[in-house]
Parts: sequence; structure tokens; C-alpha cells
Amino acid sequence: MAEKKTLGQEFRKGLLTENPVLRLVLGTCPTLATSTSMVNAIGMGISVTLVLLCSNIAISLLRKVIPSKVRIPAYIVIIASFVTIVQLLVKAFVPALDEALGVFLPLIVVNCILLGRAEAFAGKHKVLASAADGLGMGIGFTAAVFCMATIREFFGSGTLFSGADSLLGLFGITSFKGIDVFSHIPGIEPILIFVLAPGGFFTFGLLMACANRIAESKGKKKAELNGCDNCPMAAACALRSGEECEGKEAVEA
Amino acid sequence: MKVYIAILLTAILTENFVLAKFLGICPFLGVSKKLNTAVGMSAAVIFVMAMATAVTYPINKYLLLPNDLAYLQTIVFILVIAALVQLVEIVLKRYIPALYSALGIYLPLITTNCAVLGVVLLNVEKAAADASFGFAASMFNSVGAGLGFMLAMVMFSGVRSKMEHADIPKFMQGLPITLVAASLVSVSFLGFGGVIENIFG
Repeated sequence: MAEKKTLGQEFRKGLLTENPVLRLVLGTCPTLATSTSMVNAIGMGISVTLVLLCSNIAISLLRKVIPSKVRIPAYIVIIASFVTIVQLLVKAFVPALDEALGVFLPLIVVNCILLGRAEAFAGKHKVLASAADGLGMGIGFTAAVFCMATIREFFGSGTLFSGADSLLGLFGITSFKGIDVFSHIPGIEPILIFVLAPGGFFTFGLLMACANRIAESKGKKKAELNGCDNCPMAAACALRSGEECEGKEAVEA
Repeated sequence: MKVYIAILLTAILTENFVLAKFLGICPFLGVSKKLNTAVGMSAAVIFVMAMATAVTYPINKYLLLPNDLAYLQTIVFILVIAALVQLVEIVLKRYIPALYSALGIYLPLITTNCAVLGVVLLNVEKAAADASFGFAASMFNSVGAGLGFMLAMVMFSGVRSKMEHADIPKFMQGLPITLVAASLVSVSFLGFGGVIENIFG
């Protein structure tokens, strides 16, 4: 990441080569939890992108002011403020989405993508590059969750874009309520388990395998979750290199 | 008492944090390879969840709600949890070194664990919806959620140790097969649906 990259490259890397969900394995919890329907996925994706863009810009602007010792708490406060703003906006304008996402909307605060990008990118780069990075990562997250949600909603409920009127209602369109695919085909029932928790893990596993296959054919490394390597707190955490006890003090400082 | 046992069992089995609610997936996938790290991590999570609930419940009830500041919940709770974890770490290190050496290394990880903030927020949500869901119920719910996390971690570390010697297709190796295994463990927890309601009416 040391060499100079154009803004376009910073933006594009989040979409494919460094997709936060499928390549960096960040933000698994919201990916699994909000991919039950395509509308939820888009709503969550937009919320995360918005917070990520704003927090990346703010952190990048403040990167010379924040002392490195207290940077993590400072990042958390900045992120939490933007999350609260987004949460209030969603509550006010799209209450149905607020209901559907539930606790996962405020939980964007502890989403590893945000802290991870703040720590790995925004705290070290200029404002425009950070904004491009945040936007790319956010859209990459949205794309991955949307991809998963399409599979899960199609097989699990037999619909596409069900409940779309809650989002489109913002633009005055209330007539489109989603496509009911399976009800037109007699004798076929949706596979309910896909929208339940096991289906989430299963779909994610298969998508990850596909992503690994594609990455390998392009000569890239497989996505891997080795202990806490991907966790933004890894630097402050002694579990990382397998050393079980001592050596904790040194890292925090 | 019956109510509290029902809350505890619901949190452990039917509403398992990891396998049904998708909270705390990172540590679930990341540190479940070895049994002893899985147990240590879960013990620390139970501890912090109980502490966090004990501290945030009064803050919410006596500070935020009377002053109409409920919209600050997210910011206040995450800061309280972060400060609390630091404080617990310092206190343990100074006064109970044995416990610190067992739990200490997991503590900084837990600050940004969505399961901890999740349980606090869910407690507040439940308390707002149902006036009878008081401090004791919140505590039982938190401890139950932590125990459920531990159960899932311990079970899954067993599954993973079996998987280590299995012959897995090349592109399923690593994370994909781990997720599929998690899916199967999660199916087994679906079986608990309705059990608690049947026992406790």
C-alpha cells in the first residue's frame, strides 16, 4: 500500500481485490445478519457506506491532531457519532428498515470494517484518498451483502426485492412491492432454512469458496482468518502471534 | 425465579448469540481453533457482559432516560464499555494476577466485540418494551448470552479439531468449510425452538 495510487485505484480496490467481506473477512456479523432480504442488504449497505465515508474523512482530517496512544478511543467516538446520526435519519425516514435491521444499525459502531479502515488507511492517508477508500469499501461491502441477500431471499422466501416500497417510498414510488417468483410456479416451495441462521453461514461459506477460486485463478492469496489477524484490535492483542500470555504490555504502548 | 431461569435458558439455547443472532462471529471463527483459547475467550466475554450490563443499566435508567437523552445510548454505551474494560484490566492486573493471566489477554479484544455492545443494547430495548424486564432480568439475560457464546465456542472448537484431519476439496479449505460447519452446528440449535416455551408455559 506504500506506493502511490490514484484516487480511482483506491476506490476500485474495495470493490474486488480488497473486498472487505469476501477478501479481508471484515464485518462478518452484519453480513450474515442483514442478508436475509435484498432490501435490508441495500439499506444496511447504504448506512455503512455513509458512516464509513464520513468517518474516514473526519479521521483523515484529524490524523495529525489525534495522539497515537489514544487513537482507538478517538476513532470509536468519531464513528459512534456518525452512527448515531445515521441511526436517527433511518428512524425518521425509513422506519420499516430501522425495525428490520434492529440492533445491527447501532452495532455499526463495532463493525470491524470501520475501525479497520480507520486504523489501516484513514489514519495514515490524505483526505481525498481516504474518502475514495471509504466509498469503495462501503460499496464493496454493499455488493457482497447484496449478493448474499439475493441468493438467500430467492431460495429462502421465493421473492426478489420484497418490501422494496419501504426504501423506494423515499422517492415517492410505492407501487413496486417486490417480485414474488415462486408463487407463480405451482408445486415449488421456498427453502425456508436459507433465511434462517444456518442458511446464512452456508451461503457465506459457498460465496467465500467462489471468491477464493476466483482469487486463485488470478494468482492471489486465499482469504483466511488466522486467529485475529483481520481484527482491527490485533495490534493491541497478544493472541495474535500465538504467544499466550506475557508480552501484553509492550503492544499497547 | 421461574421467569429468570426461562430468560437464562432462552438466551443460551433458542436465542443463542452466535448461532441464531449472528453476534460475535469474529471471535467465533477466529479463536475457536483450540479448546483452551475458546474457553478463555468465552470466560472473559461472560465476565465483561455481566459487568457492562451492571454498569449501563443504571446509567440508562437514572441518567439517560430521565434527561431525554436516549439517542445518546450508542455513544455512551460504547465509551462505558471501553473504559470499563480498561479499568477491569488494570484492577485485575494489580489485585488478582491469577485471573489476569487467565483472562487478561482477551480483554482488549472484547471492547469492540459486537456481542458485548449487542447484549447491552438488546437489554435496553427489551426493558423499553416490557416494564417488568428489570435489572435482575437484564443480568440473567447477559449471563445467559455469555454462557450461550461459551457453549457455541466450545462445541465449535470440537467440530474444528475433527475437521483438521478431514480431506476437504481444495477451494473449500479454510474459511469456507469452517462456515459450512458453523451452519450445521447452527441447524442443531434450531431444534431448541419452542422447547423453553413448552417447559415454562
